[in-house]
Amino acid sequence: MISTYLLVIVVLPLAALLWESKKNGGHAFWQVVTSPEALSALKLTFGASFIVVLINAVLGTVTAWVLVRDDFRGKSVVNAVIDLPFALPTIVAGLTLLALYGPNSPVGVHLAFTRAGIVVALCFVTLPFVVRTVQPVLLELDVEMEEAARSLGAGRITVFRRIVLPNILPGILSGSVLALARALGEIGSLVVLTTGLLNTQVVSVFIYNKVQDGETPAAAALAMVLLGAAFILLLAVGALRFFVTRYERA
Amino acid sequence: MRRLLLFALILPVVFGSASGAAEARQSGTTVHLVAYSTPQPIMAKLITRFQHQPAGQGVSFSQSYGSSGSQARAIVAGQPADIAFLSTGLDIDTVADAGIISKTWTHAPQGGIAADSVVAFVVRPGNPKHIHTWKDLTKSGVKVVTPDPFPSGSAKWNVLAAYGQARKSGLSDKQAVQFVTKLFKNVVAQPSSGSSAASAFFSGEGDVLITYESEAYSAFAAGKQGKLVVPKPTMLIQLPMVATKSAPAAAKAFIKYVHSPKQQKIFAANGYRPVIKSVLKSPDLAGWKKKYDTGPTFRIQDKIFGGWLKVNRVWFNPDNGKMVKIERAVGGPTS
Amino acid sequence: MPRRLALRATALLYLTVILLAPLAMVFYRAFQSGLEPVWQALSDPNTVHAFKITLIAAAIAVPLNTVFGVLCGLAIVRRRFRGKGLLNAFIDLPLAVSPVVIGLSLYLLYGRSGWFGPWLTAHGFQVLFALPAIVLATIFVSVPFVAREVIPTLRELGNEQEQAAATLGANRWQRFWRITLPSIRWAVIYGVVLTTARCLGEYGAVAIVSGRIEGSTETATLRVDGYLNNFNDAGAYAVSLVLATTAVLVLVAMTTIRPREGRL
Repeated sequence: MISTYLLVIVVLPLAALLWESKKNGGHAFWQVVTSPEALSALKLTFGASFIVVLINAVLGTVTAWVLVRDDFRGKSVVNAVIDLPFALPTIVAGLTLLALYGPNSPVGVHLAFTRAGIVVALCFVTLPFVVRTVQPVLLELDVEMEEAARSLGAGRITVFRRIVLPNILPGILSGSVLALARALGEIGSLVVLTTGLLNTQVVSVFIYNKVQDGETPAAAALAMVLLGAAFILLLAVGALRFFVTRYERA
Repeated sequence: MRRLLLFALILPVVFGSASGAAEARQSGTTVHLVAYSTPQPIMAKLITRFQHQPAGQGVSFSQSYGSSGSQARAIVAGQPADIAFLSTGLDIDTVADAGIISKTWTHAPQGGIAADSVVAFVVRPGNPKHIHTWKDLTKSGVKVVTPDPFPSGSAKWNVLAAYGQARKSGLSDKQAVQFVTKLFKNVVAQPSSGSSAASAFFSGEGDVLITYESEAYSAFAAGKQGKLVVPKPTMLIQLPMVATKSAPAAAKAFIKYVHSPKQQKIFAANGYRPVIKSVLKSPDLAGWKKKYDTGPTFRIQDKIFGGWLKVNRVWFNPDNGKMVKIERAVGGPTS
Repeated sequence: MPRRLALRATALLYLTVILLAPLAMVFYRAFQSGLEPVWQALSDPNTVHAFKITLIAAAIAVPLNTVFGVLCGLAIVRRRFRGKGLLNAFIDLPLAVSPVVIGLSLYLLYGRSGWFGPWLTAHGFQVLFALPAIVLATIFVSVPFVAREVIPTLRELGNEQEQAAATLGANRWQRFWRITLPSIRWAVIYGVVLTTARCLGEYGAVAIVSGRIEGSTETATLRVDGYLNNFNDAGAYAVSLVLATTAVLVLVAMTTIRPREGRL
């Protein structure tokens, strides 16, 4: 029964997508996907997403570290706020990012309609992923190991590199892959912030415009590319989890 | 067994809401208006007035606003529509090609057009960059905002206006296209609809917005800051309002109502140029008459364009239209 | 110690710039022009209706996805069958798929010339540009949440209790209701909160399939968009205010439930 549900809700629509993308033949599919504007959008989307994932891998880990190892007033509030991107509609996020960091910015920053603005918006939507995958690992980490290493004379950085990092790396990786998958598909916040000029048009906006134009086979073709990437990333996360649990059992 | 029952719950829920929503629309006449993105304030006024008329008693309206091209596609894809009020004849033709609107829609009174406007510029208060003419848009350092012409009806008018005025000033076709290319080199934002372009401009992006004059007046009425500059010459924008083949009598009555002199005066007093020019002679519209006296205009039917069908083929064909080449040259969107 | 402070400062700065400042901005901008425009926007019947539509879509999507999530979790953790990895990926897919893609696929299925289009038109059913399409899109995007919360919890719990109950004579239904469900209830509740938040915030897919009919198929998020397009910033921020407040409430709920669910 659950497979019927999944079939109707998820699989069937995606099948229709696959069909539509092949409608004009394989050649037309490649033509769309390799057209200069599609390639430009793909480059921008993957490029910005990778940068964002990198930023969040580092700063997300720092945040997780601070939340687990540090203590200060208001920490529980900060911990709660991390999940804001899961709770706030993306279009509202886009609206406020525009107000805050756009042309009429109260802090004198003008990032809207630029690649930097896209990076900021994507940082917003992907922030929780790495933090939430690293936190539980850090919690369970035995502090004694680190203390033992330090008593043996290891410096702070060595301790981090040799003991902490290997343990939290799987967490960082799986959080990053999820963040990447999320960033590739983001639309709500970017509708307000992107211009439609080639160097600031992400794939989801490109698809949206194609749909508005009525060019559904082309839209479907690009959608398949995004879908394929998402699928691969999800399988990667699954594999990662599998290998980590095996490693832990051994 | 229980699982099947559970599953059986889904179907009635989904389809129950479907029929429920459909039914709610059928009691009393409902007219489905599908319009382009910006005329909501004027339509709200006209609909309320209509509902006080004998022909409009008990008629309810459902209104949908969105970018003209995508609204046309939505109608073709099945969105319920009795009146299509779009921003280009091209989008009406798209709906007509799908058999939903009669192909002879231009034979209606006033050619099916409800109101006019013109392509105009909006600049920052005080016009700090001294933008008055089309040529000023190509000056270095001027940042232009105009929508993406492929999904946006409004942007198509803008592009054609830029081209048309170049031709009218004596340039050849090739030179005029070069002018448009030069203009687009100054474009910093091409959002996918007229209203998102306006939103972007009023959020502080760019120095000048190319838009409809009516759009500018709507923005000012809503408190946005800017100055309207109507260049000479500019393009006349004709906004078609057409009933679909299956529209109820109330829809046709509404369109007729909108063409009456009194309602044309309402258009005029809200930033739209009336199609019945004589209403501008009325003394209470003297101020507006002056505002609309902005110089020569050319039309889509002029020889340099040859009508929407030809223009669409030559300019907006997604494979080799002139606009595609221009966008490629400046790194803009070609969809 | 300075290192600790430096780390703390970095983290807090990042969070402020990316999260807290935008959130504060919503509240600031909403009330910037006073209470009157906010009230006007929120009491507009079309706005009220938009909230109603959003809630209806959530009210249908959340129970369905909760039932699905629990059953799915049980199947994946407790049963053996081929293709588990694939099933897992399909469940997680809505998390990674762009909402635009979802909207497009629904278009292709239920549009006039879509796979089911002619059948639907012939029988007088309106799916696209009506409530059913909104509901379908909302269900699609919120599929994963309950399942993803239930699965790890079920894994950790193991099924010894159910086995013990079975030896004592409890049947399937009793085992489910009395043992399994209570043991995962916090995971389910947490998942429900996440699902609801996702449903309320959906934009990309419904922007394509809803038809944006004022007072009929606009959702709250589309209403924000509509207000923006009509230069009504106050209206856009007013609706955003309600959505942001709901988000904050969701965060509070999540914070309270999290420790009971066994997370931090």
